Amino acid sequence: MSQSPATTPPAPAEAPGYNPRNYLNAESGVASWLLTRDHKRIGIMYLVLTTVAFALGGFFAMLLRLELLTPGPTVMSAMSYNRMFTLHGVIMIFLFMIPAIPGVFGNFFLPLMIGARDVAFPKLNLLSVYLYLVGAAIALYGMVHGGADTGWTFYTPYSTTTVTKVVPILLGAFVLGFSSIVTGLNFIVTIHTLRAPGVGWMKMPLFVWSIYATSIIQILATPVLGITLLLVAFEHAFGFGVFDPARGGDPILFQHLFWFYSHPAVYIMVLPAMAVISEAIQAAARKNIFGYRAVAFSSLGIAFVGFFTWGHHLFTSGQSTLDAGIFGVLSMFVGIFTAIKVFNWTATLYRGSVKFTTWFAYFCGFLFFLVFGGMTGIALATVALDVHWQDTYFVVAHFHFIMVGSVIMAWLAALHYWWPKMFGRMYSEGWGLVSSVLIILGFNATFIPQFLLGNYGMPRRYYSYPERFWPLNVASTAGASLLAFGFLIILVYLLVSLKHGRVAGPNPWGSRGYEWMTLSPPPPENFLEQPTYPRPPHDYSDLGAAEVTHAT
Amino acid sequence: MRPEAYVAHHFPNLQQQEHAARLGMWLFLATELLLFGGLFTVYSVYRFLFPETFVAASGLLDVKLGTLNTVVLITSSLTAALGHHLAQHGRGRAAALALAATLVLALGFLVVKAFEWTHDFHEGLLPGRYYSYRELTTPGAPMFFVVYFLLTGLHGLHVILGMCVLGVLMVLAWRGSYDHGYSTPIELGVMYWHLVDLIWIFLYPLLYLI
Repeated sequence: MSQSPATTPPAPAEAPGYNPRNYLNAESGVASWLLTRDHKRIGIMYLVLTTVAFALGGFFAMLLRLELLTPGPTVMSAMSYNRMFTLHGVIMIFLFMIPAIPGVFGNFFLPLMIGARDVAFPKLNLLSVYLYLVGAAIALYGMVHGGADTGWTFYTPYSTTTVTKVVPILLGAFVLGFSSIVTGLNFIVTIHTLRAPGVGWMKMPLFVWSIYATSIIQILATPVLGITLLLVAFEHAFGFGVFDPARGGDPILFQHLFWFYSHPAVYIMVLPAMAVISEAIQAAARKNIFGYRAVAFSSLGIAFVGFFTWGHHLFTSGQSTLDAGIFGVLSMFVGIFTAIKVFNWTATLYRGSVKFTTWFAYFCGFLFFLVFGGMTGIALATVALDVHWQDTYFVVAHFHFIMVGSVIMAWLAALHYWWPKMFGRMYSEGWGLVSSVLIILGFNATFIPQFLLGNYGMPRRYYSYPERFWPLNVASTAGASLLAFGFLIILVYLLVSLKHGRVAGPNPWGSRGYEWMTLSPPPPENFLEQPTYPRPPHDYSDLGAAEVTHAT
Repeated sequence: MRPEAYVAHHFPNLQQQEHAARLGMWLFLATELLLFGGLFTVYSVYRFLFPETFVAASGLLDVKLGTLNTVVLITSSLTAALGHHLAQHGRGRAAALALAATLVLALGFLVVKAFEWTHDFHEGLLPGRYYSYRELTTPGAPMFFVVYFLLTGLHGLHVILGMCVLGVLMVLAWRGSYDHGYSTPIELGVMYWHLVDLIWIFLYPLLYLI
């Protein structure tokens, strides 16, 4: 892609196409990776680990869809089915969606975006990778030996009485929580103390703002999950009775404690997705964001309100009507903050000069899933409607749209947008667009039937269903296959591009995000010389002026 | 070593690095508070459900030992703070002695706690289904002891962790690492110790004085 000199941001004059001494090859050997404290290498390690977790969780999802292909038993027993959806949920949430974007792109790009040499605590950063590995290992051990059948929510009293082994999975999730806390803590301190001279709070890239909001949730909510999971593990192992009505305990208390973390956790997943989109949209439209402060502060707004909405998971659990009403209204506030972002993103596109790249395709997918998933969320937050939809496939489809849909879209957008920076080579744009179409259509084909199924009353987590639900279940499974196929294509062309991709150069998209001011792939010390920051990130104003003249 | 020698490669100067370390510690303390927050919530809910039983069950604890432990722990916070003060003024050896006094007091706390627990075990005041005390059989009584053992157990674990941290700092201080005005690690360790103390200040009235 050729760029006129006016559109290319300041880059080192003698910038080589492929930086010969970069973070990938500056040191070699296995130990240099396993003991690295370079945030970029840690990001790459997270990339590999979360991709493996995603493949594993996706594999379980395919088995689930295969089982639901026919109304009766298809490929597994009811017990295996229960274990399978538990594993799918636990892996996708704790091993993929929570660490994926902060772990990979947060680690890699946050220091680059604020002009820092590394995160504030590099050793803790490495520790978070190992905590992730240990947590994953403990959880996987539990899955192989026994495998819990409680669903990822571990609701009591079932989780404390089930014969399957829940304790290892609970402990695994506990350790994974600490990995998440360490990452969040590191980011907050980094943002406070390591911004380069010239990068003021109101000049921080929006990615950083959103990750900041995410980190606040991570450190304030995750400890509560930790203690809750420990309580369940104690209960399961020793029968303390904290959540056991026979001993005076209250099972609903578990739901309160659990959702006090797990609802904000949804924003731990979605805020980083919004972070990616806020960056990509500016580079795609070649305009700086419409309403910088609104987008920045709405992230903090979501983080704040997110702590007061957990009760909407308990509408049918015997919560008082007043409480339910209050939680319903508070939940809708999240919709307001999200809408602020959506309108600002679309306003950014207005009169932008968009080049339809793969990552822009994923932006479109993101917007679609976020808006429609979000609208169904507002519907579910309406207490009277939720009573009917509670525990049906409508809920499953809703959270797959809003949470999974937007995270996967943003994750893929980030992967494609930053791939040239991370590895210095271009992926195949043609295959990229083909697979993005497959994935976005496949995702719709998987979950739109599930919205309908839920509306017709099909409950979630059921092994079999009446024959009248058959056609829609077949449609959903077909969609899931399309989705899996799309991911395989991505895996292939990205791996191929690592070796055979065209050399990207420092800034193939002509982006003016701060992270593009270094070489591709970046040198170990991030910047050969400390950049200066005279302009806000993604300032394309001189470019815009030029375009208006052209248009008239 | 001069204080500047402690600056890591990615920090421009020592002030900024110390600021980062302090901020990180404060955030970590916030996570600790929320970890205990879950248990405090459990406590509140069950005390609300079983108010009389909680009072009766609390009466079975030894207030004298609880009070003694409170005094011991608050005194240990004082010696820890002294340790930090001395290290700030470059008196590493004296700081090490103050930390040693803190460790002795912390050990005393654990010993008293162990006596209390042993006594509770003999009485049958165990949590949940192991509860076998015959004179208080109302439904909430085992629940009080679940909360009691979990809270004091988790707190005890923090005391042990804090002792490990202060122990390492004590050795480093004795060897002269903090003789030159650089005392941030001691400051952070002492902050952690104050948190452990602070949590006990809440546990003591909630468990012993109701």
